[in-house]
This record gives sequence, C-alpha cells and structure tokens, in this order.
Amino acid sequence: MSPVDTVARAAGTPDQPQPHAELGLTDAEYVRIRDLLGRRPTDAELAIYSVMWSEHCSYKSSKVHLRQFAEKAPAAPALLAGIGNNAGVVDIGQGYAVTFKIESHNHPSYVEPFQGAATGVGGIVRDILAMGARPVAVMDALRFGAADAPDTRRVLPGVVGGISFYGNCLGLPNIGGELAFDACYGGNPLVNALCVGVMRHEDLKFAAARGTGNAVILLGSGTGPDGIGGASVLASATFGGGDSAKRPSVQVGDPFMEKLLIECCLELFAAGLVAGIQDLGAAGVSCATAELAAGGGAGMRIQLDAVPLRDPSLGPAEILMSESQERMMAIVEPGHIDRFLAICARWDVPATVIGEVTDGGRLQMTWHGERVVDIVPGSAADDGPVYHRPAARPADQDELAARDPAALPRPAAGGELRATLLALLGSPGLADKSWVTEQYDRHVRGDTVLAMPQDAGAIRVDEGTHLGVALSTDGNGRYGRLDPYAGAQLALAEAYRNVAAAGAVPLAVTNCLNFGSPEDPAVMWQFTEAVRGLADACATLGVPVTGGNVSFYNQTGAVNIHPTPVVGVLGVHQDVRRRLTIGFAADGDRILLLGRTGAEFGGSAWAHEMHGHLGGRPPTVDLEAERALAAVLTSAAAAGLLSAAHDLSEGGLAIALAESCLAGGRGCQVTLPGDPFTLLFSESAARAIVAVRPASEAAFAALADSHGVPAAALGTTGGTALDISASPDPSAAFTIPLSELAGAHRATLPALFS
Amino acid sequence: MTARVGVITFPGSLDDLDAARAVTRAGGEPVPLWHGDSDLRGVDAVVLPGGFSYGDYLRCGAIARFAPVMRELVPAARAGLPVLGICNGFQILCEAHLLPGALTRNAGLRFIDRDVRLRIETTATPWTRGFAPGQEITVVLKSGEGAYMADAGTLAALEAGGQIVARYAGGNPNGSASDIAGVCSDAGNVVGLMPHPEHAIDPLTGPGRDGLGFFTSALQAMVTG
Repeated sequence: MSPVDTVARAAGTPDQPQPHAELGLTDAEYVRIRDLLGRRPTDAELAIYSVMWSEHCSYKSSKVHLRQFAEKAPAAPALLAGIGNNAGVVDIGQGYAVTFKIESHNHPSYVEPFQGAATGVGGIVRDILAMGARPVAVMDALRFGAADAPDTRRVLPGVVGGISFYGNCLGLPNIGGELAFDACYGGNPLVNALCVGVMRHEDLKFAAARGTGNAVILLGSGTGPDGIGGASVLASATFGGGDSAKRPSVQVGDPFMEKLLIECCLELFAAGLVAGIQDLGAAGVSCATAELAAGGGAGMRIQLDAVPLRDPSLGPAEILMSESQERMMAIVEPGHIDRFLAICARWDVPATVIGEVTDGGRLQMTWHGERVVDIVPGSAADDGPVYHRPAARPADQDELAARDPAALPRPAAGGELRATLLALLGSPGLADKSWVTEQYDRHVRGDTVLAMPQDAGAIRVDEGTHLGVALSTDGNGRYGRLDPYAGAQLALAEAYRNVAAAGAVPLAVTNCLNFGSPEDPAVMWQFTEAVRGLADACATLGVPVTGGNVSFYNQTGAVNIHPTPVVGVLGVHQDVRRRLTIGFAADGDRILLLGRTGAEFGGSAWAHEMHGHLGGRPPTVDLEAERALAAVLTSAAAAGLLSAAHDLSEGGLAIALAESCLAGGRGCQVTLPGDPFTLLFSESAARAIVAVRPASEAAFAALADSHGVPAAALGTTGGTALDISASPDPSAAFTIPLSELAGAHRATLPALFS
Repeated sequence: MTARVGVITFPGSLDDLDAARAVTRAGGEPVPLWHGDSDLRGVDAVVLPGGFSYGDYLRCGAIARFAPVMRELVPAARAGLPVLGICNGFQILCEAHLLPGALTRNAGLRFIDRDVRLRIETTATPWTRGFAPGQEITVVLKSGEGAYMADAGTLAALEAGGQIVARYAGGNPNGSASDIAGVCSDAGNVVGLMPHPEHAIDPLTGPGRDGLGFFTSALQAMVTG
C-alpha cells in the first residue's frame, strides 16, 4: 500500500510526474491547476479537476455559445429557475411549478446498452428530484444505426430493456419520445432521457451549501468502483497497484434504491429538514461537494473515509471520481440531523454525515486525518477552462445543398403512390413503435392523459382542477446535416407544434445537443449554427430555454453523427379533459389540412427511405406560421371544436392520415387539392390535420381565418379504408384497407427485433 | 358507514396511489397501511398494490411476504377478510401461500403494457360479485413476470373449485396457463389478479371504467355482508 498523497506531500514533491493526460487533462490545463494551487495537485485534487474540467461537466467547448440561450431569451415571467440549475423550473399556475430536463447517456449506452440506458433514466430523475419536485413522468428520444444492422439488434433491445427495467421499477410513466434510425448512429446511438417533475412554488430547492456548521450528509447507495474511467489509470500510474482489478466503466443501476431515495427525499423536503441538496451524477462526490460549496459561497470540510463504500479497497481519488448511482448529498442543520436520519432509516436509505459547511471558502477533505484536498470550490465548479474552438463551414456543405431531391424519380400513378405510402409507413423510423413502447409502463401513478403514439405525452397535475402539462421531444438529424441553423429551429418548431396539437399551450424548452467532435472545426460550425438557430427561434416563439445538456464526441469511427439537436417543449393544459388525440374518433367529421404545402423534399423520409438520398434544403422555417397554427390548435381544443388533431412531420400528410386512421380504427375519404405526390409526401413545416366536429365547422373556419392559417378541406372521416383521390388527376386515386395499413405499419419492428 | 379499505405500501410499491384512488372513486375510504407496522388498523378489506416490492430481488414478492404487516394479514385473510392482490400484490399472495401457483416471466421475456380483455369466470368472490358471470371487461396489463403457472393437479383443482376468477379473452398475452389472469382462495375472499383494474377507472387515464367493478363489488359486499 503506497502512502496517501497528502497536500503536504504534494507541496514537498513538486516534480513528481502525474498522469494528467491519461485523465483527459491537456498540458495547459494541468499547468493551470498548478498555477491555481501554487503547487502540484494531490492525486485526489487531480481527480477532482479531471472530472470537473471534463467536457461533460464543464461545457468548456460549448459555454461561450450556450450563453445565447440566456442573452436572447424572451421575457418569461413563468421561469422560476433557469439555466445553471439542476433543471429549469416553470410556473404553470395555481401555485404549481414544473421542472423538466433532457440529458444524454449516449456513450455508456453503446458500451453496455442495458445499464447505460437504465442509468440515463436514473440520472435525469435525480436532477428533477434535486429541485425539490416529485418526478412524475419520463420520455426517451432514441436514435440507432440502420435498423437492419447487426449491431442495432444488440444495442436497441438492450437500451429499450434498460429503460423498461429502470423506469418501470421506479414507478414513473413513460409517456413518449422518439425512435429513429440512421447509419450515422451505428457506432454511436443517441439515448436522450427526459424527466418532468411537479412541486408547489414554495418547495423549490437549490444546490447551495449555506450555514457554517451545517452537516453534509450523503444518502443512498454505497460508493463502489463503477463509472471510474480514469481512476484506475491514476492508481496504476501513481500507486503502482499492480493487482488493481479492471473497473467497469459503465455504472450499474439499482432502481429500487432510487425509488426509496425519491420517497425518502420527498418526505425530508416536506418535513423541512433540507437546507440544500444536490444529486450525484457524473463526477460524483467531486461535483456535489464543489458545486454545493460554490453555489452557497461557502467552504466545506469532508472526511472522505466516512463515505460508505461497497468496495473497501477504494482510495480517496477513486471515491471522488466514482459515478455510483442512486446517491444524493444534502445540507442539514445540526438540530435536524436526528430527524433527518430517522426518516432515512424508515425508508431503509443509508445516510451518513461525511462533513460540514465551513466559512473558510475552501473545500478541504481528509483521509483518515490527513489532508488530501484543499482547493477553492469555485475553481473546480465554475472556473474551468473555456475554449473558443475554431469553427469552419464543412467543405461539402455546398455540394450537399446542390444535391437537389427535385431530380429524384417520383411516383405519380395511384398504384405507385399507394406503394410509396405503404413502404414509408412500414419503414423502421415511421413504423408502429408498440414493440418498444409496450415495454414501458405508461399508466403508473394514474395521471397519464396522453402517451405514445400521440403527438405529445400529457400528465394531469391536479385531479381537482384538471390542470396538466404536455411534453414532446423532437429532432431530425438529416435536417440538421443539411442546415444546422434551420435544423435546430425545425426541431423546436416540431416539438412546439406537437404540444399544441395535443391542445396544450407551449411554455418552455429544454434541449439535448448531440454533436460530433468539437475539435473538428466542421462540427464546431454545426454546433454554433444550431445553438444560434435555436436561441433565435426560442426568442421568436417566446419560449425560453430552461436548461439542457450538450453531448460531444458522438462519432462512428472517424465519422461524426449528423448534428442532432433534440428539443423538448413543455406546454400547459388548463383542462386536460380537453386534450386532443390523433385518432379519427367519429364518422362524418370534416378533415382539414392546416398550413401551406410546398414541394419540400430535402432531408425527407421519402428521399431517405425510397432513394437513400440526402441533399438539398430542409423545409422552410416559418416561425410566425408555427405560432399562428399553435394558436388555432390550442384555441380550438379549448373550445371543443375538434375530434382529432395530428401534426405533420416526417412522411408528411400521407403518414399523418394513415396514423390518424389506425389510431381511431376508422378510415377516411380524402380528395387532394393539388399535386398528389407533393401533397402526400412533402415535409413542409407549420402544418397539421384536424377533424372538425360537424356542428363546429363555421366556428373553426372563422378561428383559422382570424389567425391567417390556411385551412383546406380534404374530406371526411369514416369507412374502413384510407381512400385517396385527386381532383385534377383521377389516375392518382388509390385505396388502402385499414387492415393492410395496419399490417404494413405493425410488422416491421417485431420482425426486426423479436 | 363508509367501508375502509387498507392499501399496503411496501418498499417499492408503485400503484398504491392508484389503488387508493380506485377505492375512493368506488365510494370507499382508503387507509394507508405500512409494511413495517404489524397493524391492519381495523380495515374492512385490504389491497396489495402493484409495483416492484424490494426491487423484485430474489423473486417477485419473496421478500415482501416476510413484512411485519403480513404477519397480521395472513391470519386475517384465512379468517375471511377480503383481500385483493394486484400484479406484484398477486405475486406476494402466492409467495405467502394465500393463493396457489406462481407468476413467472412472460413468454417473450419482455415487459408488456397493454389493454387486455378479461372474461370474469366467477362472481362468487367479494371482488367480482358485481359483475355478470362471463362478462368481458377491458383493463390494463403491465408486468414482466405475469405468466401464471401451477402444476396440473392444482390447475384441475382450481377449475373444479371455481377458483379461476378471470381469464384473458382476447388472446393470451404472457403465456399464462389456461389463460388465467386471476385466481382466488378456496374460500373466495382472497383474489389475485395480474392485470390492473385500478388503471381502468376513468376513460381520461385508462381504457375505460370496467376496473371499478372490482372495488364497487367489494364495498357492496361489506355493506350487505
């Protein structure tokens, strides 16, 4: 056993080589740490800086760009807590606040799909809990490689199984998300998990350690060697511990402990025993102590040897880097400690006092009485490196734009259009997702008002007043690749539209920005364009970004993924009983197409699925049209004018009509008022279909007109087939029985993954 | 007088809130019961809700059966107290030997959340007496270990004794023996049901109101005796 690397020892051995590069720190960053400390860091300090200054924790490459979300943010009186907290918090009225956030767990989910995805759910749920809220629902936005690629059969069932295992055992309904396939995600799936929580305004908690003498309590699971990427490097390089076991680099989740932790924390909050709280995620104890101390402008003294361990061989550096799951850190007044520990015991949640808040402004840690850490907490939490990385428009961007889908052969006759519709409806990205979503509990807690395959998920917040929230996440990597500025705006527009199509008023935004390597100037250009686009669009639509997450280094081999900003929009339902669903619910209702349709096929599902083509321009962004459309949809929902509404996105009108028929178990007769191919498959934005109740046609027409939203009569609901005709071109007519639609839609995923 | 129905919360119980809501909607008074208390608080009936008690560690329901509250529940159930175990509650009742058989992993080995049709096979239990014999209803199935299994002799005895409470009517979703979705004790007062009636009490949040019948049946049974 080597001697522990103390502060005194570090001061006396300035030239001892340290494995900073193996821990992911650059030479310049290491020099900066030495300058900050005025000596070399101890092993434990080096561990703290290496994880806190990692891209994941410090946002060092993205920070300078993300500022736009705050700088350009629209005036948002509803925002109670914004960017920089564990999650943003929004006032939804009646004294309720909602907190929600989406976060990536991409890399762990490729290495070990089941546990990687499971702990992704666990991590985001603790973020929501740390704000003082009860988590009430989760969603998952998933992207995989080609559906028929062999590795997708390893990764997808594992990821879905992990989400099912963790979320179901936790008792949180899974109410929606996305499932998409593209070869660019083949070696790097995107697993983005969202959680939403509800609290009363006065229950809001912040991650701040205040009050000299207050106890620092670690509660939840014991600390083990999981998730330690770099500490084994550190161990072998410094301690020469030759027999050190190979550490698992992916954390292992225990959803049962997380369920206990949720109930325990909520009881602690309600009893008024928590002065500050932080979840332990990436960077574990390092992050929680540094952020709590920095957040409260205080110091902290920690006895690292007091941390309960699952593996007694762990040393101070490993404890600091461990990403063991299901842990929280609370700041508790001395007079409350006994009651705090009693509640933890009632829930069988281990809890241990590991230190106290000090007024010295320093984060100090000891290991069996010897000082191993002595730093200014803000130097790790807030003052990490900030990079202005070079950005350059990719060399192939113009060539990509010039590859116009207008040159692709198009179906024209009815038989061709029919075959195209069926092929798209059965393509993996557009096929029925029940194989995945049936593995998730969407009913638990009894407040799920909308879930898959609806446009948005929705949760009732108050059983007495019928207040509720709706959520949708959207993103389209192909659009992002063609134009990252527009792609990010289209992701926002689609989520905003989906929430409105469910009848809820869009209120706030979270985002998960999935990109390739920031060290590649082309990726950095994509990133800066996407952030600029999203910030601009949020300002125009009046919905603030409340928080989110950046995931860089997503690449398959040397090839970066498509730039894939995933945007989550939260909306409010004043009365969830007025929610809108996508299924045609009654015979004889008038179907209208809202919005304008142009010949927009760049990045479309049609070009991708039928021609393997990616090129041209993504659909035109028209945020004023989105806003007007959303106003019509939410007003019509509140007035009870509609029997169905469905957003138009991938696959266009053809897919929307087919989905509305299948969801309602009812056909429709539609006459297309223009070029059949364009009307059926174009992906022009700011569009939706609605089914209007017979007595409400005049009122709806007046409403659409007052907002300047074009509303074209398409036909009526009823029958047992999707029946399409085209007024200028009788040869384009075709009919598909519902049974055939269902067969095409539902067979794909079971055939691929069962 | 309002009937008082206890809902037990074990560590890892998830649908306790939902069971309590169903009791309320049916006109009863839900009474929270805590796994660690050896006390049934004088309730007129007990629901063991769904969830993952003790994380399903060791085996579903295997640890919960040793909870202090079960020391009170088992003799009370044997003495005739109406008891309904839903999903994990069903598993606990089997582990506690209040019901025969066992629940095993679904055929297909995946968790399933789906609306299912059930046929009520007996109305001679306090939880089903409000249904018509043979009535078909729609409730929610959501479980990973929902395949009911028992040896041939037990299955024959269940059939002969009228102890099969409900069967899956629209296809067998999970590989349960004889399409069994629920069984009862030989006295009929203890019922185990794999699907969740408490998630079918309101068309806003579930497939309809069919599930409410289990709770109204029990409340009526208590009033009329």
